[in-house]
Amino acid sequence: MKTNRIHIPMPLRYIINILLTVALWGVLIALIAEGIITNYWSGILVTIGINIILAVSLNVATGYLGQLPLGHAGFMAVGAYAGSIYMKATPLGDLVRSGNTLAGLPYIIVALVLSGVVAGLFGLIIGIPALRLRGDYLAIITLGFGEIIRVVLTNIDSVLGFKFTYGAAGLKQIPKISSFTLVFICVALTCLIIHMVMKSRHGRAILSIRENEIAAESVGINTTYYKVMAFVMSAFFAGIAGCLYAGYLGSLFPSTFKFMKSIEILVMVVLGGMGSMLGSVLSATVLTVISESLRSVGDLRMVFYSLALVLMMIFRPKGLLGSYDFSMSRILEKALGFIFRPAARKEKKKGGAVK
Amino acid sequence: MKKFLAMLLAAVMVLSLVACGGNDNAGNTGDSGDASGDTIKIALIANTTGDNAEYGISVRNGAMLYIDQLNANGGINGKQIQVLEYDDKGDGVEAVNAFNLAMEQGITAVIGSVLTGPTITLADATYEVNMPQISASATAQGVTQIDPDDESAGIRTNVFRSCFIDPFQGQTMAHYAADKLGATTAAILYESGSDYSEGCMNGFVEACEELGIEVVATEAFATGDKDFNAQMTKIAAANPDVVYMPFYYTEAGLAITQGRQAGLTATILGSDGFGSIKDYASAEDLEGTIYGSGYAPGTESVAQFEADYQEAYGEAVPNMFAPLAYDAAMLMCEALKAAEEQGLAAGSDEYKQAVIDAIASMSGVEGITGTYAFDEYNNPEKSVAMIQLQGGEEVFTEFYSFN
Amino acid sequence: MSYVFSQAVNALQLGSIYALVALGYSMVYGIILLLNFAHGDIIMVGAYVTYYAMTSFHLHPLVSVVLAVVMCTLLGVVIEKVAYTPLRSAPRLSLLITAIGVSFLLENGAQLIFGTDTKSMVQEPLISGSLTLGGVSITYAALITIVVSVVSMIALTILVQKTKLGKAMRAVSEDMGAAQLMGISLNRTISFTFAVGSALAGIGSVLHIASYFQASPMMGSMLGLKAFVAAVLGGIGSIPGAMIGGFAIGIVETLVTAAGLSTWKDGVVFAILIVVLLLKPTGILGKKITEKV
Repeated sequence: MKTNRIHIPMPLRYIINILLTVALWGVLIALIAEGIITNYWSGILVTIGINIILAVSLNVATGYLGQLPLGHAGFMAVGAYAGSIYMKATPLGDLVRSGNTLAGLPYIIVALVLSGVVAGLFGLIIGIPALRLRGDYLAIITLGFGEIIRVVLTNIDSVLGFKFTYGAAGLKQIPKISSFTLVFICVALTCLIIHMVMKSRHGRAILSIRENEIAAESVGINTTYYKVMAFVMSAFFAGIAGCLYAGYLGSLFPSTFKFMKSIEILVMVVLGGMGSMLGSVLSATVLTVISESLRSVGDLRMVFYSLALVLMMIFRPKGLLGSYDFSMSRILEKALGFIFRPAARKEKKKGGAVK
Repeated sequence: MKKFLAMLLAAVMVLSLVACGGNDNAGNTGDSGDASGDTIKIALIANTTGDNAEYGISVRNGAMLYIDQLNANGGINGKQIQVLEYDDKGDGVEAVNAFNLAMEQGITAVIGSVLTGPTITLADATYEVNMPQISASATAQGVTQIDPDDESAGIRTNVFRSCFIDPFQGQTMAHYAADKLGATTAAILYESGSDYSEGCMNGFVEACEELGIEVVATEAFATGDKDFNAQMTKIAAANPDVVYMPFYYTEAGLAITQGRQAGLTATILGSDGFGSIKDYASAEDLEGTIYGSGYAPGTESVAQFEADYQEAYGEAVPNMFAPLAYDAAMLMCEALKAAEEQGLAAGSDEYKQAVIDAIASMSGVEGITGTYAFDEYNNPEKSVAMIQLQGGEEVFTEFYSFN
Repeated sequence: MSYVFSQAVNALQLGSIYALVALGYSMVYGIILLLNFAHGDIIMVGAYVTYYAMTSFHLHPLVSVVLAVVMCTLLGVVIEKVAYTPLRSAPRLSLLITAIGVSFLLENGAQLIFGTDTKSMVQEPLISGSLTLGGVSITYAALITIVVSVVSMIALTILVQKTKLGKAMRAVSEDMGAAQLMGISLNRTISFTFAVGSALAGIGSVLHIASYFQASPMMGSMLGLKAFVAAVLGGIGSIPGAMIGGFAIGIVETLVTAAGLSTWKDGVVFAILIVVLLLKPTGILGKKITEKV
């Protein structure tokens, strides 16, 4: 195929993307510092960031792998509790309160990784047996898992005999680590890692399972391995989102992580387009802002969500963006091609005319 | 065709987004009157939609009733109170976001929130900036105490409430059972996963140990359950003198009916969530049931309020949250008045501290639900109104306080 | 002894309702391989119909019951036509998400229309009174619940095994394409299946409100979930399986409570589900299905 693009070499692409991300962060942080983005809006930005991580991570299992886990809130809960219990055991709380967050950075990193790993571990425990079953059963098992997690978080203290999750009374005094910058970095890293995995050999294997599992197996792809891998990755990032959520609120209650929460995340993925990271990011952003501005008609909000789910499945099952993914470098390449290779452009036009 | 529909769908979504942006009236529904006059802004955060919205609506109605009356009588020092209303949908994140938004509007105090979880999260945020806050309905210890399990964590000095705390309710009912009913054995049915229910239960169990009441059965159910037959059969078989049920009237109605069917004869003791239970079980099954409430319906002190509420909202007072919210608004406005009289600049640190000090030092302030004073944990010290079910009606019997 | 007997009746009463609801799940799954999440919410609608018919319009209880069953049947068919038919050839994932969407639409719509508070018809119960048997009293509601659900299962088995429509249903579930070639109307058969399933939900809603006399917007979600667990446990797609699953869940819940572990009740139910699915993925009576290329 003849193309009018100019190819940008790989390292340069990454550098461009990194620069753009840093620039976005710089602009936002400057706006916050100037008070143009107020305290209220920076709070919303943090909420958006957490929702983006949740949606993007669920998208790995739903969009790329083509399964339907209904217990994403369960993984989020596991991560939130693991991270919070760890953070409470460290001197992080005093450091954050005294404004010395930077000194607590090692603890924060450990907490985030820990919450991801613990959630990933649960993903592994659930995933290995569940993913051997057909799609519907996976949905049921993860749904059951989400409910069990909530029951366990509520009642575990009475079994252990000491305070661990603090049951229904809630885990309190969690260090408030989730600053805008931290959440922004986590969002960027999540998107980057998932993007890199999906562009690799492993990612293609995962996509092939979605397209046709039997065919994928017949060409030698270890389907169980890749299914579990995608599932664990999905759980890992959900755990990190949970930790950030806990670090934003400062207190955790098991009742937050109901079936409803899983559905809200699913709605974000489905509306944005299953298999599109950009779609997940956009719909998480838009839906968070909508729900914030829909305060006056809160009851209608859920009706609107559910109606949107049904209509979307009937008329545009692939979501608003389908599996289209945004690539800054692709746009740049096209733009560069447009400027520097007019010849190619002409040729294309001619081709179009003949047709 | 499909493409067209997809476009249409997208267009509808965008339009609804725009429309929602248009009527984004997060607040500003108070009687501000003319904007030229000096106003005092306060935030009212309640869950007026979603699960349990009926409580949030009662709180809003009760608080607004007081403030509308106050404004009609000339406000505070000639200043009108402007209420910025926010719906938190019973969600902690939304409550904090609403508070941040309210801060930008220059509020001087917060009334709310309603459910315990969001109120604790909100209290964390108000504590950071020492913003005076009062809740009419969040009964968990953790609202005013930073960490009930860790005394050294201290208390949130800026947060108050007009309702009882959970363990206190449980203790009161246990004492009442021993004093007035001569009970020696008790059974408990509670809602696991609800800190309200578990808090009440813990207080009850503790007091039972002190008083020598033997707890012969402790059963639980999960939120949303309708079938309590197995639990009630077990409790009936243990044949206790009293059964304590610290949860809301819908489940309580079912549990009592099913308990009576299983042959339970014990007196039922309820928590303040029992208000309006008379519609949820038959008169015979309920006969003799007693619960402690924050408010004594039909008594002299609330008669005026009940009439005003009926007139303003066209319905009878639905539950105790409305009168408690009326009192919460009253307490907050009294404190604002104290700060205003000192001539401090609204919203300044001294002003906020003056409001907080004014509430903390209150003693003998008459509300419609009782006489207010606050203990070292910022909880009100007032007696409990005992309500008994007689012939299918909820009848106020006495004010009770132990010790 | 009378304690054990009482608990046994409790288990059967609870299990009967689960079983009846599970039957509906099972039938629909058997024929179009769809987990109809909205099934529990149809029960909620049926309960509201009964409530308003009795308290607002003061209809005779029998008329109210018939009205509830008819309304549920209609609702089920409408849902099938509007939401599921356009997706018959779509991927399973889309169908599943649609079902979840319909379920939430019904719940939130009900919240909007009927309000969030729980409606109680304790003052005008559908069935009242109880029977004393050897020192143990059993409510008529419990008796009727158990009898009606067993009769429903027998009737359903006869319908599927003996009638022409039943044969058509079985044929469609075996092989949709081949059934169509044999002259079976696919649309009619599927609609009929939904109608029967929803009618069962209607009966379930009546029994539910007879036993628990309350209607609330979210009542269907947990009930639906548990019944769904029952259907999977018994082997989804199998009529006796749904019955066994329903009673098993009822018995387990009662046993766990009787053992003094009531806080863990829901956890145990879902744990059993997971264990069964891992050991025998198709449930107790389910058929083994191998996926073909």
